[in-house]
Amino acid sequence: MGITFRKETFRDDYTFRNSPEHIRRFPFPFNEDAYMYTVNIEPHVVGPKGSVLENLIDVDEHYVAEMQDRALVLAEDPLRCQSLPHMTLAGWDLLELLMEQQALGYPEHFTLERDGDRWRWINRPLGIDDTFTFGDTSTLPYGPMEYITRQSQGDFCILDQRDGNLWMDAGMVTTQADWSLDFDIGMNFFEWHAPVPLAHEKGIFTRALKFLTNIQQGKPARRLNWTMTINPRLDTSPENYHKWGPDRATVTPENVGQKVHLRVELQSFWRLPRSNAIVFPIRCYLIKMDELVTQPKWARRLHRVIRDLPEELATYKGLTRYRPTLVEWLSRLDDGSPTSPGFGPD
Amino acid sequence: MSTGTTKLDVVVSDVVPVNDLVTRFHFRRRDGGLLPTFSGGAHVVVEMRDSDRTRLNPYSLMGSPLDTREYTISVRRDDVGRGGSLFMHRQVKPGLEMVISYPVNLFSLDLRAKKHLMLAGGIGITPFMAQTSQLAAAGGNFELHYTCRTASLGTYADVLQQRYGNRVHLYHDDREQRIDLDRLLSSQPLGTHLYVCGPAGMINWVRHRAAALGWPSETVHFEHFAAPQPGAPFDVTLAVSGKTIRVGEQQSLLEAMEAAGVDPPYLCRGGVCGQCETNVISSDGKFIHNDHWLSEEDHRSGCKIMPCVSRFEGKSLVLER
Repeated sequence: MGITFRKETFRDDYTFRNSPEHIRRFPFPFNEDAYMYTVNIEPHVVGPKGSVLENLIDVDEHYVAEMQDRALVLAEDPLRCQSLPHMTLAGWDLLELLMEQQALGYPEHFTLERDGDRWRWINRPLGIDDTFTFGDTSTLPYGPMEYITRQSQGDFCILDQRDGNLWMDAGMVTTQADWSLDFDIGMNFFEWHAPVPLAHEKGIFTRALKFLTNIQQGKPARRLNWTMTINPRLDTSPENYHKWGPDRATVTPENVGQKVHLRVELQSFWRLPRSNAIVFPIRCYLIKMDELVTQPKWARRLHRVIRDLPEELATYKGLTRYRPTLVEWLSRLDDGSPTSPGFGPD
Repeated sequence: MSTGTTKLDVVVSDVVPVNDLVTRFHFRRRDGGLLPTFSGGAHVVVEMRDSDRTRLNPYSLMGSPLDTREYTISVRRDDVGRGGSLFMHRQVKPGLEMVISYPVNLFSLDLRAKKHLMLAGGIGITPFMAQTSQLAAAGGNFELHYTCRTASLGTYADVLQQRYGNRVHLYHDDREQRIDLDRLLSSQPLGTHLYVCGPAGMINWVRHRAAALGWPSETVHFEHFAAPQPGAPFDVTLAVSGKTIRVGEQQSLLEAMEAAGVDPPYLCRGGVCGQCETNVISSDGKFIHNDHWLSEEDHRSGCKIMPCVSRFEGKSLVLER
């Protein structure tokens, strides 16, 4: 049967919506009524049918619209996609991973035929049918990383591993929560995490780096992260702050349900085989408050999490301005009754 | 979180004697499929089931990373070691079903290098077999200097010279040929990275000279899997699991823990990856540290031990395991 891809926008008239099935599969990130940083990394293995973990690389109803939005971002700002010269091999690794995973999970939409280094890639939703030579960049219209990440949902950072550290040496970043690849390119793990509050004191980054540098081929890992976004805007970049930053002052009690979105990142970590680099896909899921509160457990829990969030985290996540309005709106949906354990809706 | 590797079910597809000391083993997937792609410098851990004991030894993959129909390793026979290499040489025949780990690379090429300068000693040539294949296929710039005892023990020297001609330089101990290391290290173009794999003495010599000649440590890469050394048996108390175990003469501390059903994480089993690092709760005796992971300060403090390669002599040792 396959996925029915929505026609929608993530800018201007903001026609983005989740279907009822997609609301229920939303990766709600809170498994209890409070939130604090933890090293919440777990093996990235296939999860329940009907969840975003049904396949290790998830394709959903927003695929076509997200790829169109990415093309618009790149047309305005080509520096959202960068790859330092030594990262081309890792780009081929990523192309192989994404083609194989998408063809495996969605055979009705994607087909990969391999005959030695002669490959044929069919992407039906985007109308692509290309034959190329694996490893020969001249046989593709873009470099291997750019080619495949123009056809894959989520941002992708490729981290070179050397000197016991990870280096942000390539990436495609157009759906980011207020950070810039152009700023971070070439930085190491500690440098690009420097702005994050509280976690340094807890030694989280030292432990996380130790874990990531030991990620093994065939054993990917994942974690969830979250923030909030006003309007369903994928491209909340520092470069375009003037376009989306002021939106945070437009939240009123009347428009919370439509304007305020929970933004969840499913981050995964994979060892790439030829380059020995790590790829870090950051897949962004958006849900507006009106959609989220159709699940009463999520409404109650989100109210308690946002209400009790430490001030430093609220500031870092950019919630300060509209937090009181949001908490007030959510409080009407919280009767104080207990929430069941776990992430999923009741 | 488990940090071990996934296992691969393989069958020995060929066993080829290379010279008096070295034999090459070929592995294919039992289900006939392709093996995982790997990068030059990667190793696999081979599980050797030898009657009632299991040995797990790491060996560098030496085939081309471009061909994953089979993996190949080369094993140097060590007549006074703990028996792993003798098991491979005597017991492993074509058709034997074995289990190996997914590839792990702790000796990766730095792909930013303008030139890769490789120094190999003896069986330390194996990771360079794969790395040179990978670089040659991509038009990479490399130069290999290979020291061996005699021409007849120069494992794969002929193959390498045939493939890469004057990019390969050979030195034979019995002809008193020596690398002029200082001159070599002083005459490299900017952006060169140095890789060394061989006996501990060679690695230490090269690292020391490179540092003295001003090479940044980020440009000097080395791989030395310290094979676990045999030694006097000793007793250990594992406080967390509430067990007391004896480490046999030919056994490593890690193997003794595993035999008792305690499974610390591991990747290299050679004292370099840091996975099995274990805290010492108390000790009365002397540590024999053989690893390349802990700092000298850690070694002196007696607070940590790497059970894959290090041993203990004395009255009592209690570990946090």
